[in-house]
Amino acid sequence: MKQKILEARNITKYFEDPIKVQVLNEVNFSINKGDFVSLTGKSGCGKSTLLYVLSTMDTDYEGSLLIDQVEMPKNDEGYLAQVRNEKIGFVFQFHYLLNEFNVINNVMLPGLKQNKYSKEAVEHRAYEKLKILGIEHLALKKANQLSGGEKQRVAIARALINDPHIIMGDEPTGNLDKKNSDLVFDIFKQLAHEYNQTLLIVTHDPSFADRTDRIIKMEDGRIIS
Amino acid sequence: MKKGILINIAKALLLARWRQTLVAAIGVTFSITMFITLLGFMNGLNDLLDGLILNRTPHIKLFNDIKPNANQPIKNAAAYKGKHHFIQSIKSDANKQAIYNSQAIMNSLQKDPRVVGFTQKLTAQVFFINGTTDITGVLNGMNAPEEIKLFHFNDYVVAGNALDLEKESNTIILGKGLAEKLLVNIGDIIQLSTAKGDRFQLKVVGYFQSGLRDLDNVQSYASIHTVQKIMNKPNSFITEIDVKLKDINLSIPTGKEYAQLYQTDAEDIQTANAQFETGSAVRSIISYAVGITLLVVAGFGIYNILNMMIFEKMDSIAILKATGFSGKDVKNIFMYIALSIGFFGGLAGLLFGFILSSIIDQIPFVTAALPTVKTYPINYSIIFYVIGISFSLITTYFAGWFPARKASKIDPVVIIRGK
Repeated sequence: MKQKILEARNITKYFEDPIKVQVLNEVNFSINKGDFVSLTGKSGCGKSTLLYVLSTMDTDYEGSLLIDQVEMPKNDEGYLAQVRNEKIGFVFQFHYLLNEFNVINNVMLPGLKQNKYSKEAVEHRAYEKLKILGIEHLALKKANQLSGGEKQRVAIARALINDPHIIMGDEPTGNLDKKNSDLVFDIFKQLAHEYNQTLLIVTHDPSFADRTDRIIKMEDGRIIS
Repeated sequence: MKKGILINIAKALLLARWRQTLVAAIGVTFSITMFITLLGFMNGLNDLLDGLILNRTPHIKLFNDIKPNANQPIKNAAAYKGKHHFIQSIKSDANKQAIYNSQAIMNSLQKDPRVVGFTQKLTAQVFFINGTTDITGVLNGMNAPEEIKLFHFNDYVVAGNALDLEKESNTIILGKGLAEKLLVNIGDIIQLSTAKGDRFQLKVVGYFQSGLRDLDNVQSYASIHTVQKIMNKPNSFITEIDVKLKDINLSIPTGKEYAQLYQTDAEDIQTANAQFETGSAVRSIISYAVGITLLVVAGFGIYNILNMMIFEKMDSIAILKATGFSGKDVKNIFMYIALSIGFFGGLAGLLFGFILSSIIDQIPFVTAALPTVKTYPINYSIIFYVIGISFSLITTYFAGWFPARKASKIDPVVIIRGK
């Protein structure tokens, strides 16, 4: 049996403001190591909300979340930050690079925060990640000098720096044109198949979802397939 | 290493908004500059004014006051015990002005570890004869070298040399006002007569200006021997012993102890000049209040700029939190920003404060009342600089604390979903 990386047990969530609305209803599923999963559904079905619950950034839910078979506490902010740092990599629709830093420093940031390797080692690892993504020549450029596709690839490199258990993406291709979307998809696919990287990508783009290994479909806060 | 990365991020954020940062730092610099200058100047003035009186006043003055005998004969009459006595038959005696057994007292003072030094003095009422009119004056006999050492007498001698009093007998130093009235120059001979009518001739060797006009119009100084001779008294006759202590704050208890021990009256400096202490304290409080007000204003500037920075850098804060920086880390980043503004702004403030103080120190300030002062007085005490940098760090700490806390509470989900 494959190792379970992420498991959701009976996750239920309400939005309280302005009126009480149930957005997630008893969500149960698990993701195994090396899975390339897409999470799709119509706008407002709760897929992004679920992703943020799974990412540990949103702790206001009922039920339990297990990452790497460890149950996540809901009120230990410091511990959850450490989990995000070491076990989860993020790619968002917007790149969220720090314009004050150059590319290599942006990539190194979570690695330095983890404080597991020396600065030189982190830098070396960052270059390796950039090489996988084919953008090592941009290492010393400032983040705001890059094109949209390049920025998104730097963001992926940043997500990879600490060798996370799982990469979570929230519409990572939502802001990109067809060519760059395909490029990013190919990178994800390469990561999943060559490096056995687990990926969970929220998308409403059917052509993207169809090409992943497994599709989780949501509707009205439930998983339907 | 973990600290290093937080500091690096703080630095990057600071440099990204370097103009605002500079304005905030200049606010701190300005207030610390004014704080240092104000305190230096105020305390310089305090020292000057205190010095005018306090430097020249003995910490403890031992003397015998002219007063009636406390033990009047009628007290011994049992019949009138407990009644009010109208008859006081034993009058005050001027001869009692002399301090008895003065040599023994001085020997004992010399051994006292609390004492820096002491000088003996005697005072005579005299008339300076100026043609047909006599001018009343006071002639003080003193030990010039000791007086210079302990009470800075030389600072107030504006012409001539006080040590000439010891070198040459029958010499006198006149108060400036007195000398002007008598129309004498250095080297001239003046005539004076004692209360008993004896006449003497003394050579003027210098002028003396204390800054207090009333004193300068009546006071004059000569050596102890000269005055003893004029008063027709023996060598042991002195009327006052002025003691300087190591710690001025001990003057009250020590004074009481000496009064008891030596059977004389003792006047201590704190009781005699309490108003000077009060004045200095009030001036210090005013300067601290102004300095702190300036710093608080600068603190609000820092608060504003940090708030603005947090608003602008919401995205960066959100991604830092998403990639594993905890709220505490984010808070520390903004605290580093605030404290570095406080530290470098404060440091520049100390430097500019020192420069401004030095400039004020060069401005001429000439007044007849203060012969030793040529420029505005400044106190360069290191304490003000220590307080200045501490205040700037404390103010910026509090100014940074609230925005930093706000930043640490930012919910990354709200920011990221809002896009």
